[in-house]
Amino acid sequence: MENIIKTQDLMFYYSDISDEEQQEQEENAPKAEKKMIFEDLDLEIEKGSFTVILGHNGCGKSTLAKHFNAILMPCGGKVYSAGFDTSDEEKLFDIRKRVGMVFQNPDNQIVASVVEEDVAFALENMGVEQGEMRRRVDDALKAVGMYDYRLHAPSQLSGGQKQRVAIAGIIAMRPSCIVLDEPTAMLDPTGRSEVLKTVRRLNREEGITIVLITHYMDEAAQADRVVVMEEGKIILDDRPENVFSNVELLQDVGLDVPQSTQLMYMMKQNGFDADTHIINEKEAADFLFELFKRQVN
Amino acid sequence: MIKDITIGQYFPGDSPVHKLDARFKIVITAIFIIMLFSADNFISLGAALLFFVLSFAVSKLPLKLILKSMRPIVPVIVITSLLNLFFIDGVTVISIWKINITQQGLRTSLFMIIRLIALISGSSLLTYTTSPITLTDAIEQMLKPLEKIKFPAHELAMMMTIALRFIPTLIEETDKIMSAQKARGAELDSGTFIERGKALIPILIPLFVSSFRRAEELALAMECRCYNGGEGRTKLKVLVSGGSDFAALCTAILFWCAVLLLNVYTYL
Ligand SMILES: Nc1ncnc2c1ncn2[C@@H]1O[C@H](COP(=O)(O)OP(=O)(O)OP(=O)(O)O)[C@@H](O)[C@H]1O
Ligand SMILES: [Mg+2]
Repeated sequence: MENIIKTQDLMFYYSDISDEEQQEQEENAPKAEKKMIFEDLDLEIEKGSFTVILGHNGCGKSTLAKHFNAILMPCGGKVYSAGFDTSDEEKLFDIRKRVGMVFQNPDNQIVASVVEEDVAFALENMGVEQGEMRRRVDDALKAVGMYDYRLHAPSQLSGGQKQRVAIAGIIAMRPSCIVLDEPTAMLDPTGRSEVLKTVRRLNREEGITIVLITHYMDEAAQADRVVVMEEGKIILDDRPENVFSNVELLQDVGLDVPQSTQLMYMMKQNGFDADTHIINEKEAADFLFELFKRQVN
Repeated sequence: MIKDITIGQYFPGDSPVHKLDARFKIVITAIFIIMLFSADNFISLGAALLFFVLSFAVSKLPLKLILKSMRPIVPVIVITSLLNLFFIDGVTVISIWKINITQQGLRTSLFMIIRLIALISGSSLLTYTTSPITLTDAIEQMLKPLEKIKFPAHELAMMMTIALRFIPTLIEETDKIMSAQKARGAELDSGTFIERGKALIPILIPLFVSSFRRAEELALAMECRCYNGGEGRTKLKVLVSGGSDFAALCTAILFWCAVLLLNVYTYL
């Protein structure tokens, strides 16, 4: 399969100083003294996949996501997005058009005071012609189920609705990949499931590659692939059921596992023949049902 | 309570006034204001008022709205009219203690009241019948020619758009911070003027801090959506002007001429 995003020996650290000062400092102090976020990080995201990135606070998830659409440039190594090298400034808008990004706080990413105008914002920036723009805005709003609200003010919408408008604003660009940085962190359960349903539908039906950063394990359980980060390194990278079966390792790095997996893990510790590859409620319920049936007989 | 503040509120409708091209509406409002200030006597002022009354009738807005728009300026009206009433020399009509009310004073203050009310209602009519976003677009387009002399027309319009978008958000946030500070024992509604002023500090500081954070995140989100200044931008909605817009403009100009002509009745 083709890759949409690829990082190659990615090295990165934050510096608050300008490039010239930095060069001066580099001569004086060796590199090791800087606070590295990543040292040789290699990650490939397949086209059309649904990948979740997990990791506890401050491990560098958002920093990594910002490399995917050229908001941050690598200090060493390369990042390729949609076939372009992100350090190539000429291709900046080609990259951002193809790899969209949705952030945590829906309030801080909506620019205009009417829903449809906001969805059109990216298209206006790209200079899309008016008829085409109208069509794309309507399509994007329909794709997230917000078409009926196109004339509303964002302040009249719920958190989940606002976040879906933000997603519409990105998919209006017709990107091949959307990176979502904790899009559900500020939402109530209804809003969360609305957003997640939308994201999954976009992945399945429109074939848009999804990279989702989250702290919710039940969201991660729905992905094709889960990448677990710790201190800027990838420690696990596999299908969700395989990742979550490493209950102890995950707990060591301060992460939870889905409740069903937790249950299976505890049953296993208490001598039952339980399988920690179970990651959703339905499978867990089936397993328990079978178990009870066996006990009764 | 703080949520009740409305700034430039828009009342959707499909009257001819609503449908007028926003650029023309701005120009016509400006002409109306000029009209008010070029009127010297009650007859010419009456002509200007007639223009407003006609526009208002065509807009089909409820009369209540005009009264509502008047509320915040009541103190201004009272103060200016009192000043005019007491401090203009002329033929004394009533004399209470040391204060003389003159004929000229009465006339001037009445004139000022009418003029102020007309001024505010006239400009409210513009904001009541034009959505803020259209208004911003219109201002941007009208200022566009000035970009040749480096006037930041697009940036100005963008700032207005963002301000309009964030007013409700910030009001909501202020409400939240106020409740949070009250829960910590802050007394916002009592105490002397200075105490109340001091109590505002713990509200304003978090508000500022969060606004800066918001601004930073918004800038990032805009960058992610290919924002690159005003160059090469297109618009979802393009303003179009037609015959009725020119007709309205001509009517306004005719009324202005009428006002100027009626100014000859200087004795009124
Ligand atoms: N602009 C910045 N300047 C300097 N250091 C930063 C900056 N942004 C983040 N950091 C640091 O980089 C590290 C990684 O931050 P990052 O935001 O990528 O973490 P994260 O995995 O997204 O965490 P969270 O789950 O809380 O969102 C943190 O130690 C943080 O303190
Ligand atoms: Mg983060």
